[in-house]
Amino acid sequence: MLFDLAHIWAALIAFAVLSYVILDGFDLGIGILFPLLRNRQDRHLAMNTIAPVWDGNETWLVLGGGGLFAVFPLAYAVVMPALYPLIIVMLLGLIFRGVAFEFVHRTRRMQAFWEWGFAVGSLVAAVAQGLALGALVQGIAVEGRAFAGGTWDWLTPFSALTALALLAGYALLGATWLILKTEGAPQRRALALARPLAPGFVGLIGAVSLATVFVRPEYMERWFGWPMMLVSLGMPLLVLGLVWALWTGLQRGLSARPFLATLGLFILSYIGLGISFFPHIVPPAMTITEAAAPDSSLHFLLVGAVVLIPMILAYTSYSYWVFRGKVRPEDGYH
Amino acid sequence: MDFGQTAVDLARFQFAFTISAHIIFPAFSIGLASFLAVLNALWLWRRDPVYLRLFDYWKTIFAVVFGMGVVSGIVMSYQFGTNWSVFSDKVGPVIGPLMGYEVLSAFFLEAGFLGIMLFGRARVGDRLHMAATAIVALGTLASAFWILSVNSWMQTPAGYSINEVGQFVPEDWWAIVFNPSFPYRLVHMVLAAYLTTAFVVGAVGAWHLLRSPGSRGAAVMFSMAMWMALIVTPLQIYAGDEHGINTLEHQPAKVAAMEGHYEGHPNGGAPLILFGLPDDEAGVVRWKVEIPYLSNLILTHSLTKPLPGLNDFPPEDRPKAALIFWTFRIMVAIGFAMLAVGLWAAWARWKGRLYTDRWLHRAALAMGPSGFLAVLCGWITTEVGRQPFTVYGVLRTTDSVAPLAAEAVGASLLAFIVVYFFVFGSGTFYVLRLMAKRPKDRVDVEEIGPTRSAGITPIAGHPQLGDRIVPGE
Repeated sequence: MLFDLAHIWAALIAFAVLSYVILDGFDLGIGILFPLLRNRQDRHLAMNTIAPVWDGNETWLVLGGGGLFAVFPLAYAVVMPALYPLIIVMLLGLIFRGVAFEFVHRTRRMQAFWEWGFAVGSLVAAVAQGLALGALVQGIAVEGRAFAGGTWDWLTPFSALTALALLAGYALLGATWLILKTEGAPQRRALALARPLAPGFVGLIGAVSLATVFVRPEYMERWFGWPMMLVSLGMPLLVLGLVWALWTGLQRGLSARPFLATLGLFILSYIGLGISFFPHIVPPAMTITEAAAPDSSLHFLLVGAVVLIPMILAYTSYSYWVFRGKVRPEDGYH
Repeated sequence: MDFGQTAVDLARFQFAFTISAHIIFPAFSIGLASFLAVLNALWLWRRDPVYLRLFDYWKTIFAVVFGMGVVSGIVMSYQFGTNWSVFSDKVGPVIGPLMGYEVLSAFFLEAGFLGIMLFGRARVGDRLHMAATAIVALGTLASAFWILSVNSWMQTPAGYSINEVGQFVPEDWWAIVFNPSFPYRLVHMVLAAYLTTAFVVGAVGAWHLLRSPGSRGAAVMFSMAMWMALIVTPLQIYAGDEHGINTLEHQPAKVAAMEGHYEGHPNGGAPLILFGLPDDEAGVVRWKVEIPYLSNLILTHSLTKPLPGLNDFPPEDRPKAALIFWTFRIMVAIGFAMLAVGLWAAWARWKGRLYTDRWLHRAALAMGPSGFLAVLCGWITTEVGRQPFTVYGVLRTTDSVAPLAAEAVGASLLAFIVVYFFVFGSGTFYVLRLMAKRPKDRVDVEEIGPTRSAGITPIAGHPQLGDRIVPGE
């Protein structure tokens, strides 16, 4: 059954994680690029472009984690101990970057410290997420209803590659967001950063896709089985289209196109991962159906989710609309 | 880095540490969000600029506190899985959806409107800004509703069955959400958050009244805080008493530990032990000072009804008394001290000395952190009192922990301790420094700058209006 409660929830959780990746992606990306921005004024300008929305963006991570706990408790109970050091390090990174939004304005003596906290915290969180992604794709050892591997299972050349790819992707999202939200010299700086990042990110997506096939050959079968073949053949065309849009956008210095094209590349990569995973929630063996909570849990939360998620999307969009347009240095939010 | 402890002890300590650090911020931001909504409403209604200045003053503090609450809260949403994965697998089907509702109905609401509340007045206008401010306050209360339902269910589980793989399966959601201890715990905690905020606001007001007598902003906040102390403290003491009676009904062993009653009192007549040193090994309270019959009277409203003691429960089901005997007493003592300050302030107000009674201001200043201490002591009492279970009477703590090496849990615990003390210590310092600044007595147009609405200087031409109060006004 494809449309039972468990699969509807798998789709919703996937949507929450995707929302997190692209929304906090440009947030974290700005932190990653922070040391490469021209000066303190530009750095604070970059922070101000996300100050009103970063908290909402990170709430998707809570929904991803909390949602997994609610509807796939077995997957949550297996994945969290398997990725233990990564989760802890990611959380600590997010603490430093989250408090930095306020702390940089509350102290002069320690301002530089919290700016570095914002940059390093973002970098650390992004790397941890990239390693976690690689570890999941590779698969997690399970015995009975618990994680059965070692503390360092997640650290492999493959997970290092996915971490690098995600880092480049977040940085590109951040740079193209800044192209969208700033003008003049800061925007030119963001363009200069995005130009080398774009081919880097595209190349790394290719490398990860290729390596995935060697890590888990069954992913290959999923891609080239019928009817997935249609998607597999269409996907490269879509990727090419987006790469073209990204490249021309950057060459012509357009405001919105590079950001939207990068978003598109993230969404396609994510769909690709979804195809590789399905029907598993924790590769190589735990399926969506096995990990699902009892129907009464899934049903109870779904009733609220179908009402609340559209509302969330509506008022989150409204909040972005309120703070639309270019951010200027004189709009200092503090 | 296993500190010579077992993984389960370290995991317990890690949860206790991260949740204690976290609860500080919501305990303050729940009350502060409501306070800000009231200040903003008063400004829109009365157009007295003092309310706008106070709104901006506390808004900056709220932003710092809320940020710390968010990041320490993200940690909590992963603590269950990282250190308590077996608990998560078994209990996730019941409490997971409640936490899912907290995210969907509260966290997104707060996050979605916080930006508008903090930075958006000029962009959306007064009415929508007021709506955003009220929605943020509502979001903090919705969050309290769900998370207290979760905690209460762990204390007084209801509405479930257990399936063949040992998972709790929800049978009746109404019974789960509104489990027997939930209404009491919710009321007790929300009032605690309001009192915590009231005493912080009161202390800041008192500090500035002591340093610059006659500051109108300080006077207004001090007056509002003292009204809260007077009205809410008696309600809280009543709610606490009801909560205790509810606990006696559902978790009698916890109450026995709080009271320091090792021996039961089958014929009533249990004394109230005011002070003493409970010795869990020997099962006696040493050096005790007690009031005959009073415990019986408070808990059963009768002198002769039976009260169980810890020895009436199997040894493996008893919580330890040594800690919660004291945390309970500290909480209660703070409650009565709050009542005393509220009454004192009411007396001073009646006599026209509210803004000039320096000893009252000193007392209010000293009581500034008391709400946090009471909240922490209250939570320690109820959580340690739930031991040795995670789901009271059904799932043991030792059967809930993740299959992790003690070294891994110890290392992460150490990292949390170092980072939390540094980051939240710095944040607390910044908050205190913001509080040490006097709320402005003039609307400074230059400084308000371009993010605020141009419509907030209706008293141009009367810059001194409302700046000073006459002592004894």
